[in-house]
Amino acid sequence: MNVILIALIALGAIGLIGSLLLYLVAKQFYVYEDPRVGQVEEALPGANCGGCGFPGCHGMADACVKAKDAKGELGDLFCPVGGNDVMAQVSSLLGMEAAAADPKIAVVRCNGNLCSRPKVAVFDGAKSCAIAASTFSGETGCAFGCVGLGDCVKACQFDAIHMNTETGLPEVDEEKCVACGACAKACPKFVIEIRKKSAMAKAPTAKRVWVSCINKDKGAVARKACNNACIGCGKCQKVCKFDAITVENNLAFIDSEKCKACGMCVAECPTGAIHATEPVMAVVEKLKAKKAADAAKAKEEAAKKAAEAKAAAEAAPAPQPVAEKVAEAPKAEKQ
Amino acid sequence: MLNVSLSPHVHSGNSTRKCMAQVLVALVPALLWSFYQFGIGALIVTLSSVAFCVLFEFLITRFLLKTPTTVGDLSAIVTGVLLAFNVPSNIDIWILAIGALFAIGVAKMSFGGLGCNIFNPALAGRIFLLIAYPVQMTTWPTEAGYADVATGATPLALIGQYVNGADVTIPSIVDCLVGNTGGSLGEVSAIALLLGGCYLLFRKTITWHIPVSVLLSAFVFGFLFFGFDAKLAVEELLCGGMMLGAIFMATDYVSSPMNSRGQLLYGVCIGFLTMVIRRYGAYPEGMSFAIFIMNAFTPLINKYVKPQRFGVVKK
Amino acid sequence: MKTFKLGGVHPAANKLSDKAPIVVAEVPALVAIPMAQNLGAPSKAIVAKGDKVKVGTPIGEPGGFLSSFVHSSVSGTVDKVDVVEDATGKKVPAVFIKVEGDEWEESIDRSKDIVKEIKLEKQEIIDRVKAMGIVGMGGATFPTQVKLTPPPTAKPECVIINAVECEPYLTSDHSLMLAHPEEICIGVRILEKAMGVKKAYIGIEANKPDAIELMTKTAAAGYPEIEIVPLKLKYPQGGEKQLINAVIGKDVPSGGLPIATGALVQNVGTAFAVYEAVQKNKPLIERIVTVTGKSIKKPSNFLARLGVPIQNLIEAAGGLPDDTGKVISGGPMMGKAMPDTNSYMVKGCSGILVMRNEEARRKEASPCIKCGKCVQACPMGLQPLFLAVYSEKNMLDAAEEERIYDCIECGSCSFSCPANRPLLDWIRQGKPKVMGILRQRAAEAKAKADAAKAAAK
Repeated sequence: MNVILIALIALGAIGLIGSLLLYLVAKQFYVYEDPRVGQVEEALPGANCGGCGFPGCHGMADACVKAKDAKGELGDLFCPVGGNDVMAQVSSLLGMEAAAADPKIAVVRCNGNLCSRPKVAVFDGAKSCAIAASTFSGETGCAFGCVGLGDCVKACQFDAIHMNTETGLPEVDEEKCVACGACAKACPKFVIEIRKKSAMAKAPTAKRVWVSCINKDKGAVARKACNNACIGCGKCQKVCKFDAITVENNLAFIDSEKCKACGMCVAECPTGAIHATEPVMAVVEKLKAKKAADAAKAKEEAAKKAAEAKAAAEAAPAPQPVAEKVAEAPKAEKQ
Repeated sequence: MLNVSLSPHVHSGNSTRKCMAQVLVALVPALLWSFYQFGIGALIVTLSSVAFCVLFEFLITRFLLKTPTTVGDLSAIVTGVLLAFNVPSNIDIWILAIGALFAIGVAKMSFGGLGCNIFNPALAGRIFLLIAYPVQMTTWPTEAGYADVATGATPLALIGQYVNGADVTIPSIVDCLVGNTGGSLGEVSAIALLLGGCYLLFRKTITWHIPVSVLLSAFVFGFLFFGFDAKLAVEELLCGGMMLGAIFMATDYVSSPMNSRGQLLYGVCIGFLTMVIRRYGAYPEGMSFAIFIMNAFTPLINKYVKPQRFGVVKK
Repeated sequence: MKTFKLGGVHPAANKLSDKAPIVVAEVPALVAIPMAQNLGAPSKAIVAKGDKVKVGTPIGEPGGFLSSFVHSSVSGTVDKVDVVEDATGKKVPAVFIKVEGDEWEESIDRSKDIVKEIKLEKQEIIDRVKAMGIVGMGGATFPTQVKLTPPPTAKPECVIINAVECEPYLTSDHSLMLAHPEEICIGVRILEKAMGVKKAYIGIEANKPDAIELMTKTAAAGYPEIEIVPLKLKYPQGGEKQLINAVIGKDVPSGGLPIATGALVQNVGTAFAVYEAVQKNKPLIERIVTVTGKSIKKPSNFLARLGVPIQNLIEAAGGLPDDTGKVISGGPMMGKAMPDTNSYMVKGCSGILVMRNEEARRKEASPCIKCGKCVQACPMGLQPLFLAVYSEKNMLDAAEEERIYDCIECGSCSFSCPANRPLLDWIRQGKPKVMGILRQRAAEAKAKADAAKAAAK
């Protein structure tokens, strides 16, 4: 009996002291937090990916609440993972109207695959793009393109980017990518860009066009290093009806805000440096077929003309140079 | 095509495998003495222990982890030999198998393999067996052979009884030095183990910090705890697992601290704990427990004990 | 014998070109002189296509405070100002010059006489050093005039000449000492005058007994304030902090300048270049470069003009063997591997090392076994294995706590790692990030202090 009593008293006393301590500590170190922060955080995906620019979802929630109190609007704050749905939810939690943003996606701006970009040296250090990039210009003649050691793959928390072993380049998974930008930050060559997912928001499958190269070398140098390089010839710029393409430092850039994904530039590009998603490519195929047909027609006509000229030349030897020019034309196109 | 990497472009040529091979070479003198002292039993136990360790590591990497096998780095062989060194030479093979499974499977591979284990695998195996099979693990043969050999107390137990006032004769220092006593397979000959230690120091496989600090601190605390008797303190150093522990078990790369200051602290603590357990604990032998305990403290030592920095003056 | 106190390793010396005399390398028909030949800002080209230049004509001016002049190493016509690949394949601006004859600027004293008397005053020396484009010749290429102008709080006590050449294979400093001991001693004396000190040491590693003997004899004959200090063989003894520690036993405080110990360290090649600049009015237009390697037919020491194609130097040493796996600009411990041999000779290039394929390949890395060999090897008392992991995992706070900013990138850790782990590769990733954080923090603290000061006023 005595034993039980002692045990009870002892345990009770320990419990009492412990709870008192806990109470005091909790009181002493209490930090007030806006209850809305918790609510907003709840609504956020909880991936803590940092895609919004804050260290985690809590930071984002805090920033949202502060932005609401300070400006009455969320401004640039956007959760790329949750997208418009989550932002709408957050806005309504804070009693605001949601402003929709276009969905985005990571785009790899290099298409120098193993065949088109021959190796000139071998990197033999730790398997990291950052280390390779800091060591030397690169394994290939192109000092701008993808290093191919997969720092982006390691950085991705959503299993959305993988190395394609055939091309040696990373590929983005359309479905899984949330455009958090972790891969773009991890890439030492800045090959990955976060772009608007689709030129038409309503399209069932994403329609987008981008220059899959960031080589700023002069055309000939770039071409020597990589068959698929953008040589800055400016053909795409001329063919674009929407004024979406600029060529600067021997490199074309397509403004995704202006681009309507018509596919004209893709068909025009002599090196195949401009890439597009499948629905656009279907259009491009048609354009190319038409172009080929046109070219064939032109050639036929040219041949005809040449024959006529030849016949004329036989009569009078004057128009020789014309024939030469015509013969040159298809050759130039091939290059 | 040229290779490109960051500097340095040359390497010392050292490898994990070479380090392990050096340890194996250093274990040879003690192994030879054990063959002489315990005969066929030592051979059977050592060979089967190595075989079990290698087998388990191979099976685990091949079928459980499905990774390239790591048997080639020889660390499993070192574990096998050290485990054999820590058991009596007449131990049953099936007990040895369990010990090897615990050492490799639990203490090493479940933590992630060589380099990630917190505890010295051979030591963990020995302690597991000591607790699980105390009778078999403390029945020491005193003569050569495997089955049905005469058994007796180890010098450590005798010293313990002697200190507590029993009328026993303790073995002479010379016997302890040479290894003419009973005990675990590989621990008996202090000279053979010291020879191995010298080889390791010569090859720079280990540094002096751990062995010296362990032995020195064990001597000092032995002297204090065993009634200021220098002879007893020396015997404590020469008997039991002290030499084996100080030279081969405590210096295990993975489970010991990184820098020399940490190693000195680690060694002193091992010496102290060993002597506390030997003198005041229930077990006559405290070396393995002392190392085991300090293995657990290694991450903490690594965190708080930093090496001597260049260009930093203490204020 | 003296040496530095912490860590260090012993790579095989392989001084194959030890006994090779200095050979003057042939001047090709076209040279390309890169404009980025020094630590800090690259130089700006001040010549244009068609300009006539002589040997020693300035063709590039400093592009900032930490920058230097570049001079033409040949006479001829500027062909173009274009880009060339540097040793790591990165594109840098360069002046291409078509060689016509070998006409030198008249101001340069081309005689073989040794000029002993130092006529210039302290500031004049520093100005001359700047005008002649002298940079640290050990490989770091730190503009020498900047180093000779320490902060006013510093109290210089002595000059330490780095003639250690602890890098395996390289022998350029060794051959220079054997060829020009007297000039080096005068150069040291000029440096003493520039710094206003009366004491100098020349640290030489014990594997160059002939150089130690010759320098000791020369110094004893007329330069009593110069002390030759033989040093025990250990890498990285040529590191500035390690050398100061080895020679005068002082520690450069972490984060501080080496001059805080009172010692100014200069490479022996720099001392020679300073002699030529001050006494002979000769700009830095050529240097001694070791072309070596186990597979090279004639390991040689060349006196090569800047802008000479590396390819030509390798050809002169017997050509690039077929089984070449790596070509390194500099030594094997700290040199830079070149992706190809299309680069050109620069001021900091002390050696071209050709390695066979089997030597060049790194072995596969295995898991760290926590053996602590990197900790034993680190001359700065760091724990490289932790630094590498923290860098890899981007744990910058932990890396800072482990003093990653003290790393001198000597490579002793990677060299000694039995698991072949690329420790230094990773540490090099983390170090600049931590340094950036430290700089930012310092700037913020300064801004805060300034603001507080302004508020107080």
